[in-house]
Amino acid sequence: MGFTKLLESWPVVRQLRDGDLLATGKTVQSARTRALRPRLERADHVGHSVCPYCAVGCAQLVYVEDGEVTQIEGDPASPISRGRLCPKGSASKSLHAGPLREYKVKYRRPYGTAWEELPLDEAMQMIADRILVARDADWDAENRRTLAVGNLGGATLDNEENYLIKKLCSALGVIQVENQARI
Amino acid sequence: MSSYGAEAKPRMGFFTDTSVCIGCKACEVACKEWNLLPADGLEWTGHSYDNTGELSANSWRHVAFIEQDKPLRIDGDFATADGTMAVDALEGGGAAPMRWLMESDVCKHCTHAGCLDVCPTGSLFRTEFGTVVVQEDICNGCGYCVPACPFGVIDRRELPRKPEDAPLALPLLGSKEDGRVWKCTLCYDRLKGGHEPACAKACPTHSIQFGEVDELRERAEQRLAKLEAQNWNGPRLYGHDADDGVGGFGAFFLLLDEPEVYGLPPDPVVPTQHLPRLWKTTALAAAVMFAGIAAAFAGGAE
Amino acid sequence: MPGLGTSLGRGGATDYQQDLMNADCIVIMGSNMAENHPVGFQWVMEARERGAEVIHVDPRFTRTSAMATKFVGIRAGSDIAFLGGIVNYIFGHEAWFDEYVKAYTNAPVIIGERFLDTEDLDGLFSGWDPALKKYDPETWQYEGMEVKSEAGSPPKGEQAGHGGAGAGMEGGEPPAEDETLQHERCVFQILKRHFARYTPELVADACGCTAEEFLYVAQKLCENSGREKTGSIAYAVGWTQHTVGVQIIRTAAIIQLLLGNIGRPGGGIVALRGHASIQGSTDIPTLSNTLPGYMQMPHVEDPRDLAEWIDRYKAPTGWWGKLDTFMVSLLKAWWGPAATKENDFAFSYLPRIDDDNSAYWTTEQMLEGKVKGYILVGENPAVGSANGRAQRLGMAKLDWLVVRDLVEIESAAFWYDSPEIESGELKAEEIGTEVFFLPAASHVEKDGSFTNTQRLLQWHFRAVEPKHDCRSDLWFYYHLGRILRERRKDSKDPKDRPLLDLTWSYPTAGEQEDPSADAVLAEINGHDDSGQPLGAYKELKGDGSTACGCWIYCGVFAEGINQAARKKPHWEQRYAAPDWGWAWPANRRMLYNRASADPAGNPWSKRKELVWWDPKEQKWTGHDVPDFDEQTPPDYVPPDGAEGPDAIAGNHPFIMQADGRGWLFVPQGLQDGPLPAHYEPHESPVGNPLYRQRANPALHTWKDEDPYSAPESEEFPYVVTTYRLTEHHTAGGMSRFLPYLAELQPQMFVEVHPALARARGLTHGGWATVMTPRSAIEGRVMVTNRMRPVRIRGKLVHQVGLPYHWGQRGLTTGGAANDLAHMAVDPNVHIEEVKAFTCDIWPGRRPRGAKLAQLITDLRVRAQQP
Repeated sequence: MGFTKLLESWPVVRQLRDGDLLATGKTVQSARTRALRPRLERADHVGHSVCPYCAVGCAQLVYVEDGEVTQIEGDPASPISRGRLCPKGSASKSLHAGPLREYKVKYRRPYGTAWEELPLDEAMQMIADRILVARDADWDAENRRTLAVGNLGGATLDNEENYLIKKLCSALGVIQVENQARI
Repeated sequence: MSSYGAEAKPRMGFFTDTSVCIGCKACEVACKEWNLLPADGLEWTGHSYDNTGELSANSWRHVAFIEQDKPLRIDGDFATADGTMAVDALEGGGAAPMRWLMESDVCKHCTHAGCLDVCPTGSLFRTEFGTVVVQEDICNGCGYCVPACPFGVIDRRELPRKPEDAPLALPLLGSKEDGRVWKCTLCYDRLKGGHEPACAKACPTHSIQFGEVDELRERAEQRLAKLEAQNWNGPRLYGHDADDGVGGFGAFFLLLDEPEVYGLPPDPVVPTQHLPRLWKTTALAAAVMFAGIAAAFAGGAE
Repeated sequence: MPGLGTSLGRGGATDYQQDLMNADCIVIMGSNMAENHPVGFQWVMEARERGAEVIHVDPRFTRTSAMATKFVGIRAGSDIAFLGGIVNYIFGHEAWFDEYVKAYTNAPVIIGERFLDTEDLDGLFSGWDPALKKYDPETWQYEGMEVKSEAGSPPKGEQAGHGGAGAGMEGGEPPAEDETLQHERCVFQILKRHFARYTPELVADACGCTAEEFLYVAQKLCENSGREKTGSIAYAVGWTQHTVGVQIIRTAAIIQLLLGNIGRPGGGIVALRGHASIQGSTDIPTLSNTLPGYMQMPHVEDPRDLAEWIDRYKAPTGWWGKLDTFMVSLLKAWWGPAATKENDFAFSYLPRIDDDNSAYWTTEQMLEGKVKGYILVGENPAVGSANGRAQRLGMAKLDWLVVRDLVEIESAAFWYDSPEIESGELKAEEIGTEVFFLPAASHVEKDGSFTNTQRLLQWHFRAVEPKHDCRSDLWFYYHLGRILRERRKDSKDPKDRPLLDLTWSYPTAGEQEDPSADAVLAEINGHDDSGQPLGAYKELKGDGSTACGCWIYCGVFAEGINQAARKKPHWEQRYAAPDWGWAWPANRRMLYNRASADPAGNPWSKRKELVWWDPKEQKWTGHDVPDFDEQTPPDYVPPDGAEGPDAIAGNHPFIMQADGRGWLFVPQGLQDGPLPAHYEPHESPVGNPLYRQRANPALHTWKDEDPYSAPESEEFPYVVTTYRLTEHHTAGGMSRFLPYLAELQPQMFVEVHPALARARGLTHGGWATVMTPRSAIEGRVMVTNRMRPVRIRGKLVHQVGLPYHWGQRGLTTGGAANDLAHMAVDPNVHIEEVKAFTCDIWPGRRPRGAKLAQLITDLRVRAQQP
């Protein structure tokens, strides 16, 4: 460390030089403070999304750093929302990664009193089995349908998801395909 | 009196216009998401729709709700128009006025900031934007600043005594739970990157306006004039006056009633207001003392 | 949305949110827009700042009321009386937009002489069959027209609600009209007589506001309509969730048609949807009774032959004349090469529905043990559907249940954590339901499109991979389909043919083998037989040479580009922002915008210009994509025998309607009458001030597990209404589990007026128990003047307000308001009446354990008493 730098590390010198006599400004900034930048700048990429709550359809910017979402905020480019978000939209990072979010399949056997673990692949096979059994046992050939299976979706489903639901269920003969839109 | 020289920026602040506040609390949430604040507990207060209660170490924006039996406007075209609520069915007649005031409160970023004046560690400082910020790596939690704020804004974050005392008994969001003081930074980090504060950006109705304080003051005056012309009931600016007890706010407000109604002090005074005079007296005393000593020395030399 | 659909032709908001800024008057009713659509509400605030009148009519003084220039408090469930009063005011003050009404609505059309009104039959229309409890609409027809299909199965439900009601308009002569509007059986005169008793005094009596307050609203709306000015009406589920929901919206449509506010800047009806893609969920329906694009799902009694089926449901004139092209293209999209001309394009692969296979019907079937398996995808009926107890008891009778969600919601946990478990009515060891909980992907973990409240498709891009077992619903259904097809690949069973012939090869990517949402959207858009993407629904063919998964979305992938993903900043384009996302149909931002010009094709005024006829270029042009055939001049008169869209005259803006006009009177497509009439809610503490027929005669009720209080019950004397708060979302699955939202509204509360608090001994901040014949829940007491009693024909009626966000799970828990609600539904759309029913309220917490079960039994007994 040169003499000048050493001298400058003494706050009083900086106070005098910067005219910050009461030491309430620049001179008291810590190295951390001086280096402070918005974490938005560290994002590897910024995704464009749409708020999943109500149907106003506010545009969101999703900042991602090392594979994790670090911030979600409004996209000013949207003609509808102009970058603004309500409390729910503002909380949508917590929706994505909140403390109660579930990450694993849970299975409850008939008459069971506790959840059990189940691999995802196995769960998919078991669900497929049960759909086929229920459908085989309750088949109305004349109307090509079963009344033994129902499907109820929320209205945060994407159009593409709704499309596959309706298409697959119709092919299976499942007619009780319903949605929050009714409720 | 900026210490930033060429690095100084225009003073930045908020103008919070409560006449368009819809009380959605987006500001509270956007602030917490950006600043990674802990949740503040699940207490239902019964104070209208306000369950935040006050500004604190964990809530840097607070929306106040006040239900009043007053009309929103007093006469003119809107006389008895807005805010009236059916007939009073119980009394069998007469329209009852009603208004619901909402105001998003925040640190005022005072021109003369008591918290800043009393901070012994240099943790609190004034930024190049003229805002007042706590440095979390310097604050030692002494708490001198807490009583120095005439608004009760700055607050110590209590350490949970047991893990289950942590807010919501959940892993704390962020890593700032340590007994130091916390308050609004006017999103200092965002400002450094050219981004507006999280609360102002989220605000759906532009009730929270961010900008250069000089420009905001002009805008506020125009807004007040417009509301007065429309016969709004009780509009006034709060913290707009550079001659008030804190030298004006960097974050000021348009209110629709007395400040007390919103839980704000009507005439806030920075407790360190008399500090310069105090310093002068001290300096005078020191000078007299030095003069005396000098005289004594001089006398002794005779 | 048959309310809008039957009146105007399409079941969607007529306008876009930003255009609210151009309104001179905005009436918000049946909506708490500031609280539930805060960011959309910025456009209302912009209008207010520009001097617009902003009126809020609601049972409660809300954050919307606080922003309004006028608030009028009314009794929950009295909306048609209020709106009908405005219709009557329009007639009484000659405030209708005469040229608009004569040219663009069916006001001049003469109705057959056998039609009888509610004025004639004391609350019923002609055609009521008391035995079947339904109407035969035969007598409601235009004079000279016949009902095409036999009585009992006219187009109904969603297709009818989407202009498809015109399907029945065939045969006989063109409608007889009286351009002077004087004929006593013309729609104009019928309407005038129908609403003549909806006077300001009657409105005050039925709604509990003052006549002056009502007149203020009527006057402001009328003053701000016409050539130079426009008014807008915004509503939400405060209108739909009634047993008369569709008819409330119909009344608003009548007002806006009479005032000439449809299809014009700052005018229209803004349906505010509460979920990110609730519009999308009806456009590409996960609804039992429709196919994509509001086509009717084939009914068990429908023709089995495709051509006959098309003939039944297509309209001779208007765009529903092209039904064959929509339907065949859908069948080609689903069954590809297996759909051939020879096999009727696999029409027989479609399953057939009954009159009602909707959600509450399924609940009843569950309670009867007839449903074995149920799949819930981002939906939480245990607290989100009316009569939560019936929902949970139903789920306890399933063999298996799949729940896909981000968190462990009540519907996943009902077998060990529910009021019935607590009361001992159910025990985990006795519930045989096998439960699979599959974690879902969040919105930032998947590609896809939402259709927002203004029919705008907006693409969201995946930003991060879902972790562990989390998967998108697209992944779930794609792989489920893949596994099912694999299982049955060697099946010779004819019932597996549709499954095996299904086009189901979507490209997948990544370790998780995620299917491509882009590829699905491309299929929805459609392509020709060379695989080229289609650009518009006009290109669809009925000969099997085009495939299209949803005809109204055709164009969203025009030129092979995902148009929904366009994000051109608004500052780089004109106000309507046509390059941001993609709006159905054909990227039009305002529906029926042909009506923004006069019959000759010129804007009604400079101030309100939007779309007009350019005589030089010989085409329609303007600030929006014209909602009209671009080349059809204003003076076009269809030749005799013209069919389909060619039969729509150049001065008829409502191109989905068989006659191209806005329907003030709906001859076909509604189950409960051609005109709205005020009926009391199914549960109401007062009688009907207008008719002997108290409630909607056609409403549907359910058996056993859904008991109702008697009319004018003394046991349940208070009106109760349920609602949302800004800080939470619907049944709470997306908010109660989030710390930053849970803390903002951390407890279930009950809002009451001080007078009710005095009457029942409720203290602010204390506890109250709210009871209905279905259940009892508790909440903290919020005593506030924002809730007001109303006086209804001398009787003081208190109203109780209940937010419905709470349940057993999450960070903040509490009584579920929907446990109190009943499942009685509107006959047109089968939506439940949770906005107005009756309750009792007492201080203190509700009983626990077996005492709760006993209380519920007692409440059922009390329900029988008057």
